[in-house]
Amino acid sequence: MSTEETHLVRLRVNGVERTVEVPARRLLADALRQELGLTGTHLGCEHGVCGACTVLLDGVPVRSCLMFAVSADGASVTTVEGCRAPDGGLGPVQQAFADCHGLQCGFCTPGFITTITAYLAENPDPTETQAREAIGGNLCRCTGYQNIVAAVLRAAELSR
Amino acid sequence: MKPPPFAYHRPTTVAEAVATLADLGHDGKVLAGGQSLVPLLNMRLAAPAHLVDINRIAGLSSVSVDSGHVRVGALARHADVLREAAIPLLRQATAYVAHPAIRNRGTTVGSLVHADPAAEMPAVLAMLDGSVTLASADGTREVGAADFFLGPLESAVRPGELATSASFPIPPAGTGTAWLELSRRHGDYAMAGAGVSVTLVDGEISAARAGLISVGPTPVVVDLSPALAGDLPIVADWAGAGALAAAACDPEPDIHATAAYRRHLIAVLVARAGAAAARHAAGTGEAA
Repeated sequence: MSTEETHLVRLRVNGVERTVEVPARRLLADALRQELGLTGTHLGCEHGVCGACTVLLDGVPVRSCLMFAVSADGASVTTVEGCRAPDGGLGPVQQAFADCHGLQCGFCTPGFITTITAYLAENPDPTETQAREAIGGNLCRCTGYQNIVAAVLRAAELSR
Repeated sequence: MKPPPFAYHRPTTVAEAVATLADLGHDGKVLAGGQSLVPLLNMRLAAPAHLVDINRIAGLSSVSVDSGHVRVGALARHADVLREAAIPLLRQATAYVAHPAIRNRGTTVGSLVHADPAAEMPAVLAMLDGSVTLASADGTREVGAADFFLGPLESAVRPGELATSASFPIPPAGTGTAWLELSRRHGDYAMAGAGVSVTLVDGEISAARAGLISVGPTPVVVDLSPALAGDLPIVADWAGAGALAAAACDPEPDIHATAAYRRHLIAVLVARAGAAAARHAAGTGEAA
């Protein structure tokens, strides 16, 4: 295997300063999963459609499969692992998914959790229609979405 | 799959960027939002030897009004335009671009340069007779919408050039607009879509035009005045305007929709969007 040029990338991941050394073509999702061992972020489609890779970049949801780690140099990243409660227990969105049976296989779930966490920070009291619209960019093959919509509303309750 | 290897450049000024692009010629590709480019690399449909990441260049991210135009910088994200643009049509169409996560990173100017016939932004630029400013080591040039979109995924940008901003003329007072598109799932590329702008003078339609997506190799702009001019919106022949638009396009069939269905969609969407645009112009409709 030939050696590719690598770049030092500094990221603040879930509040902790991390540095990785990666080729330019390393996707942010893969740097999080491989170099940083944060395997909560999942890769479903690698072209931006499924949303399983969604992380928060400086607080806003982005597709980590459509960013290179080098492009995120200096940024703050929140993954699903960063959506826990301060005491390490389940955060409100995670608890809501448990309460509402909002997951089955769990593959899509991290992308929903980060997306919903960011959404509720801006829209703390959504209607069901708004909640459904908010998760429109994330695909789930197992649940049929009803319980995920319920989880958005439940998470809003738990966050109040 | 994973992207193929490339050499990575990260200029901090436009001058540095265009000098780098001039050196690289056909081997260099600009990386802005990456929401169209990175999927191509992930699927190995493209393998540029060099990427020039412009995200660190200051001064390219503003959305501003400047003598009757909205100027959108190369790094203004769709989300910024959705929040800030002073032209309702730009906001109406941007709301249909993919999903919020894509809009947080993807750029309006990037969408114009990518020139996908199914994309919303090229049709808005064409409908409004906007232009794109291109910088290179030789200086800058401005290309009008009519000359900018050459074919599917082909814009007038030459190797060595960087699109630094796009300019959208603000429509005249009395103009209302609407955007409608139909996709199999909300947020997908449209099977067909239309923006319509209607200008009222003393309550009568003085001008109307449509910009159509997914029905040709480039955006299709149709003058709807022959069907509508001089009429009050309440009696205007919206169906006739829809038929006019449908006749003006020659869509290709594909796995998502037949040509006949696309033409049918245009007729329906233009009729509905036209009526909505007229309500918007009269102040009785919602500006989305």
